[in-house]
Amino acid sequence: MKSSLIDYTLHLADSNLILAQRNAEWCGHGPVLEQDIAITNISLDLLGQSRNFYQYAATLIGHEATEDSLAYLRTEREFKNCLLAEQPNGDWAQTVLRQFFFSAYQSLLYEKLQTGNDEQIAAIAAKALKEVAYHQRWSSEWVIRLGDGTEESHDRMLKAMDELWRYTGELFIAADFELQAGFDVALLKEGWMKKVTSVFEEATLPIPPLGGGGAVFMQTGGKTGVHTEHLGYILTELQYLQRAYPNAQW
Amino acid sequence: MVTATTISTQAVWQILEQVADPEIPVLTISDMGIVRDVKLNGDEVEVIITPTYTGCPAMDMIAMQIKMALLENGYPKIKVTSVLSPAWSTDWMTEEGKRKLKDYGIAPPQPEPGRFERPGSFHVQCPLCNSSNTKCISEFGSTACKALYQCNDCKEPFDYFKCH
Repeated sequence: MKSSLIDYTLHLADSNLILAQRNAEWCGHGPVLEQDIAITNISLDLLGQSRNFYQYAATLIGHEATEDSLAYLRTEREFKNCLLAEQPNGDWAQTVLRQFFFSAYQSLLYEKLQTGNDEQIAAIAAKALKEVAYHQRWSSEWVIRLGDGTEESHDRMLKAMDELWRYTGELFIAADFELQAGFDVALLKEGWMKKVTSVFEEATLPIPPLGGGGAVFMQTGGKTGVHTEHLGYILTELQYLQRAYPNAQW
Repeated sequence: MVTATTISTQAVWQILEQVADPEIPVLTISDMGIVRDVKLNGDEVEVIITPTYTGCPAMDMIAMQIKMALLENGYPKIKVTSVLSPAWSTDWMTEEGKRKLKDYGIAPPQPEPGRFERPGSFHVQCPLCNSSNTKCISEFGSTACKALYQCNDCKEPFDYFKCH
């Protein structure tokens, strides 16, 4: 039970950290100043949430584990983030769609976790939910603006859909540690589809089926450490300093 | 020096009321509702704080300022503990705090129709001319706790302290 709880907490932390790192790549490169600030603010929230989960995981693991050792010294196969979080930023359409898929999922996840049995996870979820509500609001606005915008922006949203849809199925397929220490995330699928449908309708975007007949093949593996090629590159950059100069502090 | 027999929680609260928020210096950490409790464990003073946002970079600074303020006032042993639950809310901001924010040019938090409602479904009052004819420029502003707005009447851009 304890090892499932550790894995579960790390999974929650990793998804936040990796998406925070991705969004932070926009720092200084956003399309306009206000949106540069917005995407990096979201990055900061996700980083804060990951820190809370890592700190909790470190107390569960004990020994000399710290939030820093968990973020900076684990290898690619030890990371349990969902594949969606590690996908490249692409263009702005791909970034905002990735954020919308993730925030719509994360808000449902936290709503459930805030009433869960584990007090610390419930406290983090209740706190983080308030932040995620803004992420969902912001990313919904962008999906609608681009989808229902110009021909060019609509095409870019379609292209982003092609890139990202195949990574959404994994969100609702529970890993063993989720079933043991959390709950069956398949329960969130219907609520998520409802959110996606409502925003996509407003955005004049087609709604693909999620699983079942006619569905595209869904990539899985992130939760158990089998990642797309992108994660290695992210960790190379994220962990560089601690790997090159062990225990460096500043 | 303050000794165990002379420590009172009330005196500690009074000192904490002088500690300014590092990012919005017009507010104190008490106005913000960040300080949740003060406990005395023998001659040690424990101050319990809660973060506004999980990634708020000001929290370390706030903990440091609390320690400095208490040290300067002769308290030798200080512990600052951070708790997450119950989650911080702008409902804890004092009326005095809201008034100070408005005077400073930041629209204070106001009740919103729902957590997931997109801006446009409610109106934020301009802190300068009091017009409700304003628009949201961006949901995110210069700090995690603020959004960017602009007044359609006096045309002035302003920060809105988000309801949280």
